[in-house]
Amino acid sequence: MMEIGLNHYLILSTILFAIGLVGIMRRKNLLLLFFATEILLNSVNIAFAAISHYYNDLTGQMFAFFVIAIAASEVAVGLGLLIVWFKRHGNVDLDTMSSMRG
Amino acid sequence: MFEAVAFYLFAFLTISMFYITVTTSQALYALTALAAGMIFISAFFFILGADFLGAVQIIVYTGAVMAIYAFGMMFFDSTRSVREKQGNKYIISGLAILSAVLVVLIFAAPMISTNMTAFYPSIEGAGNTQEVGMVLFTKYLIPFEVAAVMLLVAMIAGIVLAGKKMDLSLTLMNQAEIDEIKKEQDKKVLS
Repeated sequence: MMEIGLNHYLILSTILFAIGLVGIMRRKNLLLLFFATEILLNSVNIAFAAISHYYNDLTGQMFAFFVIAIAASEVAVGLGLLIVWFKRHGNVDLDTMSSMRG
Repeated sequence: MFEAVAFYLFAFLTISMFYITVTTSQALYALTALAAGMIFISAFFFILGADFLGAVQIIVYTGAVMAIYAFGMMFFDSTRSVREKQGNKYIISGLAILSAVLVVLIFAAPMISTNMTAFYPSIEGAGNTQEVGMVLFTKYLIPFEVAAVMLLVAMIAGIVLAGKKMDLSLTLMNQAEIDEIKKEQDKKVLS
């Protein structure tokens, strides 16, 4: 209990990942959906850093850096698209985002 | 002892902050709680000895990503409370927990079953930042450059998308409107 091992970090990562997935499934607003994806990416980063520490290997930290870089570019592009959509339609709800009628 | 106290404190803080992020109906509260959770996550990186990663986490996430979100929210109507899907709560949480456990198991099972040895073992007598620099600029140089190009593409995309005239869609207009826009552009070019 008092000795923190790899399993503690993996359990924490699982809990945070589950919170992020709950957020993705119950949100309608696209901006808050982006917040939930950030939570997912961060929980994976914790797992990478923990594995990197306990196996004494730097590869995990490298992957965490690339995950951060991808998250940053995803935010820039996604928010730009979101602003364009908001200018056109006045809301960012997922239910209204269907221009194709099938 | 000290490590355990720090771990449990920051685990509790992080989980509660992210719980607020996914459950609140105010977009502003969600943004603030997310920023706080990001800072608390960097504490785990410092505990794990990944100092450079912790600093990058604070700078990139709370410095850049949260600032972009805050500026982006000026475009949206963030005072209105957010509507949510009317789904079964238990089904949603059950599915989320099940899939999270599955994902972690999928990645953790090969680690437990085989004797993993370090690919790039940490170097004696070098700090964390030095080690990261050595590995990043030798073994991971090409992914690093590709990530740089990707960030450049993302920057250009952000500038273009948030710029002027992007709220017009040629596919949603009829021909008469498009002709009118063309005429205006010709006038500007001629004058």
